[in-house]
Amino acid sequence: MSSTSATEFTGTAIGLHWIAAVLIIGNLAFGLYMVDLPLSPAKLKYFSWHKWAGVTIFLLSAARLLWKLGHPAPALPSSMPAWQRKAANASHHVLYLLFFAAPLTGWLFSSAAGFQTVYFGVLPIPDLLSKNKELADILRVVHHFTNYALAALVVLHAAAAIKHHVVDGDDVLARMLPFLKPRN
Amino acid sequence: MKRRAIVVAVATFALALPAFAQSPRKIDAGKSRIRFAFKQMNVPVEGGFRKFDATVSFDPKKPEATKAEFEVELGSIDLGNSEGETEAKRKPWLHIEAFPKAKFVASSVKAAGPGKFVATGPLSIKGVSQDITAPFSLVDAGGVRTVEGQFPLKRLQFKIGEGPWSDTETVADEVTVRFKFVIPSTK
Repeated sequence: MSSTSATEFTGTAIGLHWIAAVLIIGNLAFGLYMVDLPLSPAKLKYFSWHKWAGVTIFLLSAARLLWKLGHPAPALPSSMPAWQRKAANASHHVLYLLFFAAPLTGWLFSSAAGFQTVYFGVLPIPDLLSKNKELADILRVVHHFTNYALAALVVLHAAAAIKHHVVDGDDVLARMLPFLKPRN
Repeated sequence: MKRRAIVVAVATFALALPAFAQSPRKIDAGKSRIRFAFKQMNVPVEGGFRKFDATVSFDPKKPEATKAEFEVELGSIDLGNSEGETEAKRKPWLHIEAFPKAKFVASSVKAAGPGKFVATGPLSIKGVSQDITAPFSLVDAGGVRTVEGQFPLKRLQFKIGEGPWSDTETVADEVTVRFKFVIPSTK
């Protein structure tokens, strides 16, 4: 069951994957929702929560990456064409890059806008940038586009997983969603 | 000869006289600062005012005779982001349409050690007047007098941030106001 052979993900990897999925999709949607709200105490709270979630996603991604180093992902099915395997590899690399880039650009944007990030209202995260309105305007756009890219890749990632399950009939989705596996 | 010496002495004294006199002076607004700091979601936030003016008549040897009036154009608020600045000018916050200026009159100044003083007087913002106490330091150097200090104020006492904004968990009640006034040379 809990073998770490190269044919299965570890339970830890699966658990962290789904926690990250919920946090990332949730924070993308939440960010999109909150930006256009009129200024109110609630909006200030939402911005703080969004930042806390972003810091959590950053830490979680670092933890996942470290776990991955010690517990490599199982190989992709040999039935996959080489270009698809390359594409899958590349998209996972870009996904990880964006897992870090999205919170990092948000943190930089927040600092430039003059708002330090204080994790859960308790732990102040140092500002790399000092307050700078022009830079904040640029970083806002950078943060938005980083996240549009992340959202697009998450959709591609999920669509590919469903395609593997429905069209190809292989176990690529099932190994991340163990209840889909046929029992034997 | 003697007469000439007297003339020189008188002239020197006359030139030096304003240094001791308490003629009211305008501050050098370009070198002066009014900044404020508060906590928003427990995150320290800073801002300031770009336009203010003051007339000061102050003699460190006779602080009790001080006459000083400060006026701040609240519409010149600087928060570093336009969304916040627009909001700060609206009715729940400073309501600058009805109350464009804040005013402080130092009605009492007392010495509090070498180069240190404490000013007390009414601060009026948004139609509310409250006495505040502001300790400050004074340095005379390079022909200018620099006065620096800070005081705390409770924003809700001045109705700054009404309605839902009176929630102090998002925006703290306490605001620290820091000031630096440069009073031009004594010439």
